Amino acid sequence: MTYENVKKEPLVRIAKRPELSKGKATLVRLSSILVALLIGGLLILVLGYNPIAVYADIIKGSLLTGTALKSTVKIAVPLLGAALAIAPAFKMKFWNCGAEGQITVGAIVSTYFALYHVDNLPSPVLFIVAFAAAAVVGGLWGLIPAFFKARWGTNETLFTLMLNYIAIGFVKYLRIGPWMDKGQMFPKVPMFDKAARLPEVFGVHIGWIIVLALVIFIYVYMTRTKHGYEIAVVGESVSTARYSGMNVGKVIMRTMFLSGAIAGIVGWMMVCGTNYTLSDTTANGYGFTAIVVAWLSKLNPFTMVGISAFLAILQKGSNTIQTNFGIPASASEVLTGLILLCMLGSEFFINYRFVFRKKTVGGDD
Amino acid sequence: MDTFLNFVVAAVLAATPLLFGTLGEILTEKSGHLNLGVEGMMFMGGVAGLAGTYYYEKAVGEPDKLVAAVIGVVCAFLCAMLGALIYSFLTITLRANQNVTGLALTTFGTGFGNFFGEIMGNAAGGYVSVGTVIKAVFDEGIPVLQDIPIIGKLLFSYNFLVYLALAIALVLSYFLTKTRKGLNLRAVGESPATADAAGIPVSTYKYLATCIGGGICGLGGLYIVMNSANGTGGVWVHNSISGYGWLAVAIVIFATWSPLKSLICSLVIGALSVLPYYYPITFIPSAIYEIFPYLATVAVLIMIIFRKKKNNLPPASLGLAYFREER
Repeated sequence: MTYENVKKEPLVRIAKRPELSKGKATLVRLSSILVALLIGGLLILVLGYNPIAVYADIIKGSLLTGTALKSTVKIAVPLLGAALAIAPAFKMKFWNCGAEGQITVGAIVSTYFALYHVDNLPSPVLFIVAFAAAAVVGGLWGLIPAFFKARWGTNETLFTLMLNYIAIGFVKYLRIGPWMDKGQMFPKVPMFDKAARLPEVFGVHIGWIIVLALVIFIYVYMTRTKHGYEIAVVGESVSTARYSGMNVGKVIMRTMFLSGAIAGIVGWMMVCGTNYTLSDTTANGYGFTAIVVAWLSKLNPFTMVGISAFLAILQKGSNTIQTNFGIPASASEVLTGLILLCMLGSEFFINYRFVFRKKTVGGDD
Repeated sequence: MDTFLNFVVAAVLAATPLLFGTLGEILTEKSGHLNLGVEGMMFMGGVAGLAGTYYYEKAVGEPDKLVAAVIGVVCAFLCAMLGALIYSFLTITLRANQNVTGLALTTFGTGFGNFFGEIMGNAAGGYVSVGTVIKAVFDEGIPVLQDIPIIGKLLFSYNFLVYLALAIALVLSYFLTKTRKGLNLRAVGESPATADAAGIPVSTYKYLATCIGGGICGLGGLYIVMNSANGTGGVWVHNSISGYGWLAVAIVIFATWSPLKSLICSLVIGALSVLPYYYPITFIPSAIYEIFPYLATVAVLIMIIFRKKKNNLPPASLGLAYFREER
């Protein structure tokens, strides 16, 4: 600020707001979604379509028929799972951008069991073994950046990001190398045997029950246990944690193992429950979108259910509007992006307020 | 010898889009803002550059090469800058979390690129494609000079964006190390509170660095969409830019936040990516080979901690929001 400006109070300044009531905060967040939908609607209008018809079609195409609803749930489940995985790490202010890779390694291990042990293990045993292996390997994959962070303070955002591409690159190696389906023109991993596919409950693979159980688990873990308390303290202030005698490195590593393990489980349900095969896009960007889901939910597991369901509706519904209106399905990404950006912006209005310069000339202070 | 020459040329062509992304992100990160939306901004720049040149060609019929080049660059730069502006507004003024905002920008930008690319394609009845004149603008080398044997091919056979990237790298390096404004910017990235106390307008620096940085990233997207040697050659292909943005984020670390080193680093990564086409590698599977840039980046991330050289470390306030009233 230059010297002349110092004399005069700026026209607008920003001040911290005393805590906003829960109802009002929700109202702000909901209206930010509304703003995003309005901007999206305007875009649809400019392109020459009727926004109300398009939005109605998104709802119809994602919720109103049995098959549509099932596909929507199949999108929401891994998204919710990945968001739950990220929550403990983010609470600790450990920016785990590596859920994508942790999902992928979980998927790789599950695929190994599904392809090579389907004949010598009965299905339930196969599922449990693959589940456990996916959790452990996902956890270990998450442990690598945690170890380096705890020991030497490497930047975890960049580290976890790089690990994603290493995991995905390894899938590509398996796909065109040792695990290639010999009978196909295009190099791909074979489809799983019937015995290696997860059973369904109400038409959706059992992963949804596991994820709902995880919602409860994470909620209890974060709010009612000693571990959860330690995570919160490390997140607020590493020094405080250290002075009170916590082993910060241990907390970081333990939490990232848990985070990676849950992501690994999501990988397990992606290959055994949804795709029945492994591909470079098995994680499908869920690991990244989940970061935003977790953040916008303020790391509250129950809010995550709502937000991941909402994003799943958009994604599924956009396929329908591509068929019915000829609007490219990428519209879902545009809308999702808009909603995320608007909601991120709205957080400001919950935490801060604008203070305008008093009208009286000369001021009273 | 001929193979080697072709290999070097191909390496430079492959390195350029990465170099744009890297330079843009270096400028951004020097202000203390980690913008993970590089890929999104590349998509926005790419589609806008294609749209600009495509509609210009449609409007005049006989496009002028210089005008087409300018339109492509300006459209790509401005559109990517728009993405960066959203990011800046959210993270600087509204103090949103940088990681999350960057990722949201990637989602938005990727969708934005694919969406408008496909909308244009639908309107054109299938897919958008620019004519041969405009294609040549983004492919051809410098006339006359490129006909000199060997040296011509080695130095003058590239399209204008390659030289633009080189120029930006040199200017950026000079700016960051030799000018007062550059030093101010680095002060903002290292310790915004100190910079603020010293009278540097922190927010202005942050806004300018992230927005211009974003614009430069967008040129990388333009390159991928318009160049035919290392891109799609003036046609919109779904998700064609995927992966480049993240690789650029990696090279920023690889180059330890230095524009000059990023020249070498992007060239190495570019060379590695085209090497198998010229000198087939048999001892490692190609997919494993493709992981190397990321493995190397992880190694660099760890190494810079051990070397503890101040110049090599990331900006100290990278990723943290600055709020004057908070301490």
